[in-house]
Amino acid sequence: MLKYLSRKLLSGICLLFIVSAVTFVLIFGSTENVARNILGESATTEDIAAYNHQLGIDRPLLVQYGSWLQGALSGDLGDSWTRNQRVAPSLQSRLPVTLSIVGVAVLLTGVFSVVLGVTAAVRRGLADQIIQVISVVGFAIPNFWLGLLLVLLFAVHLQWLPPTGYVSFSASPKQWAAALVLPVAALVFSGIASSSQQVRGAVIDALNQDYVRTLRARGVRRSSILYRHALRNALPAALTVLSVQFVALLGGAAVIERIFAIPGLGSLTVDAALQGDVPVLMGVVVTLVIVVVIVNIMIDVLNAMLNPKVRLQ
Amino acid sequence: MTDASPQTNATASQGPQRRSMVKSVLKSPLGALSVLLILAVVLTALFAPLIAANDPAAIQIFRVNAAPGDGYLLGGDGSGRDIFSRLVYGARNTLLGTLIAVGVAAIVGVSAGLAAGYHGRKLEVGASWLFDALMALPAMIVLLAFYQALGASIHLSMVVFGVMLSPGFFRLTRTLVKGVKNELYVDAARVSGLSNLRIISRHILRVVRAPVVIQTSIVAGIALVIQAGLEFLGLGDPGTPTWGGVLQSAFENMYVSPQAVIWPGLAISITVASFVLLANSIRDQLQHGGPPARLPKLPERRSVFDRQAEADVLLSLRGVKIGYPGTSGWREVVHGVDLDVRRGEVLGLVGESGSGKSQTAFAVLGLLGTGGHVLDGSILFDGEELLGKSDEEMHGLRGKRIAYVPQEPMSNLDPSFRIGSQLVEPLMTAQGMSRREARAHALDMLGRVGLPDPKRTFNAYPHEISGGMAQRVLIAGAVATYPDLLIADEPTTALDVTVQAEILELLRELQAEFGMTIVMVTHNFGVVADICDSVAVMRQGEIVEQNKVTDLFANPTHDYTKNLLAAVLDDVEVRRYSPPKFAPQEAAQ
Repeated sequence: MLKYLSRKLLSGICLLFIVSAVTFVLIFGSTENVARNILGESATTEDIAAYNHQLGIDRPLLVQYGSWLQGALSGDLGDSWTRNQRVAPSLQSRLPVTLSIVGVAVLLTGVFSVVLGVTAAVRRGLADQIIQVISVVGFAIPNFWLGLLLVLLFAVHLQWLPPTGYVSFSASPKQWAAALVLPVAALVFSGIASSSQQVRGAVIDALNQDYVRTLRARGVRRSSILYRHALRNALPAALTVLSVQFVALLGGAAVIERIFAIPGLGSLTVDAALQGDVPVLMGVVVTLVIVVVIVNIMIDVLNAMLNPKVRLQ
Repeated sequence: MTDASPQTNATASQGPQRRSMVKSVLKSPLGALSVLLILAVVLTALFAPLIAANDPAAIQIFRVNAAPGDGYLLGGDGSGRDIFSRLVYGARNTLLGTLIAVGVAAIVGVSAGLAAGYHGRKLEVGASWLFDALMALPAMIVLLAFYQALGASIHLSMVVFGVMLSPGFFRLTRTLVKGVKNELYVDAARVSGLSNLRIISRHILRVVRAPVVIQTSIVAGIALVIQAGLEFLGLGDPGTPTWGGVLQSAFENMYVSPQAVIWPGLAISITVASFVLLANSIRDQLQHGGPPARLPKLPERRSVFDRQAEADVLLSLRGVKIGYPGTSGWREVVHGVDLDVRRGEVLGLVGESGSGKSQTAFAVLGLLGTGGHVLDGSILFDGEELLGKSDEEMHGLRGKRIAYVPQEPMSNLDPSFRIGSQLVEPLMTAQGMSRREARAHALDMLGRVGLPDPKRTFNAYPHEISGGMAQRVLIAGAVATYPDLLIADEPTTALDVTVQAEILELLRELQAEFGMTIVMVTHNFGVVADICDSVAVMRQGEIVEQNKVTDLFANPTHDYTKNLLAAVLDDVEVRRYSPPKFAPQEAAQ
């Protein structure tokens, strides 16, 4: 188990290193226009050269990466080019916002897709067909459009919920929850649609196993077959689906935060992308890869604990 | 030779199959609808100038956020441009971007998958790691980060997104190739000296084709949504009309002109939905050769049996017909079986695979596979009619009076639970024992079936014991309730020859000790000769002959039985038991 864990950890660190290097080369390698964009059309060549020197992007790429990496290892991700802010603290203040949205979304996706998937697998017939339709609809409606429709209906028309904004949990749990309802609803719909399909498949697979018939032949009740044996054996597949969903939700949050004016990592990324704030982008990518690696390791460990073959090694 | 020929036929017939595949997708309502919709979008993109009423960039200042009508079919946007015309032209950009992403994803993923699947180990490990890593990256964030580096064109972003979508194709292709790589016809091609490239292009691509088309269709939907999302965020060339861009403009003017939000979203959703529906309908065609048929109505049970079996008959079947739902009504696999099993005897139910012997056995247990039904007939167990009993009523018999020993021991133990808990749970529910009683009894039974260290086995997981031990565990589970009837479905087929003999010996002992009646499903006359008192021979869903074992061996009446016996004569085991006199003549046939 320890060996398994350290192998996963090593693989995650490799991934992080490769992604940071590739991203760095790509986005720091194309910074010719940055100074022009920031200083404006009237800037002279000297102004631009001076500004480039100030940002440090007149140095060779490898040197830049070296100094960035050195800083990053000690938690310093440099200065933002467009905001008067250091990158690391601004990420630190925005990460919890995004994680709270995505966390709630993952939780809901898990609960709903297990309930719907199991229902579809067991009851087949009409329930199954309804869930199949939902899955097509959920796949086809992009979360940003759904978000706009929800705002129009519940915030503008019915005025039940705030259209935009975010209140931190510590400030007011009630307002926090109210602010989260619409963005989370917009985010989870497509995830539930696709995950419930996969849970359905995993449960059907489990129910078709030979041992189910044997247990039934020995007089084990249907409910125990389903909730004890089939669900237990479908769980690893469901967890893997959730880890994929988590990654998708992180991406989806970028758009959703923009629509609902939520000060999270996603809206920060969009602003930085449009303004060419390269250090911020670099910081966001690295932070999110770390988050994904941690979540994936957690899922791997959970799966390993669920699988006696791995657990006993 | 006999093994290889059907495979070759299967490959050879792929050509016409594919043509009929396209046809049947077009014939299914959803398939036709989705193809029509996709075609409509493509034609809109191609003939945009003819369809759009206005120049998509033309600004009419008095039409800012105008309501639909008056030349602006869907109203005007925040700058006074015609939303409808912008959407029509937007189809071009959208489809091109989607095509780029899908093309890159398919080419990268499929070729890497072919290589990794076909050439194996080293390449596979590296490639798999790389593609897994790609899947761990949130695509939207990566595309946003690369946006400045890639420049204003959304199409470059779609190239990158194509690479990020390639793991789906990679995994799919690798799995399919690994499955088909060791098929006999691929071996044959290799032996006959065909180059790897030819083998891949001729044999393997053929298998991969349909699943890749499905994946392509789904990926197209994903790519379209992501592209629209990027455009919605304001990325891409502001000069080009795009669906995402139209939605962004509608979002900015949402409080003034809310209806404008609807149209670009509809365009995106309908197009994506038609991609998914196309994928679903191809998948349905592949899986069942048609859309999942609604369960056909159960036919009325024509024969009503109000009968009593002879007193010494424990299990009596009359006219039992078993069917599974097919594309056109019920597909009958057992056509009216009559069978009597006397108390205390061991009956061999013999036949080749597919003869319906296992189905008949499952019907007695009330555990037919998904969708399976007894369509007609009567099954009397100890004078009690089993057909028509609810699951709850059957529950009172299974695990108490009727027990089951399966064929493949390893797959019949739940891998996630300890062996002990799998034995204790049924004893508690079916027998109403307390946990402690059930545990003690299970340990007793494990010892009784000859496991050297019952406690260790009790605490082990299925993967920690051998196949022979697993079969003993399953026998222990079956006989733990001292059932009247034990149904054993080829209990020795999956085991080593030496273990086979031990298991048969164990069953014989237990049968004598508990006075059980056993129905032994088998295709092996050696087993029949070894353990059975009487035998019923099945063929193509019917019983062709039933007799005492000694009589049947001495004097088989049905031609099929004769053939079966003749075929068995090569088997050394049978000679040891009862060297039949008719052997030379029969073997000469």
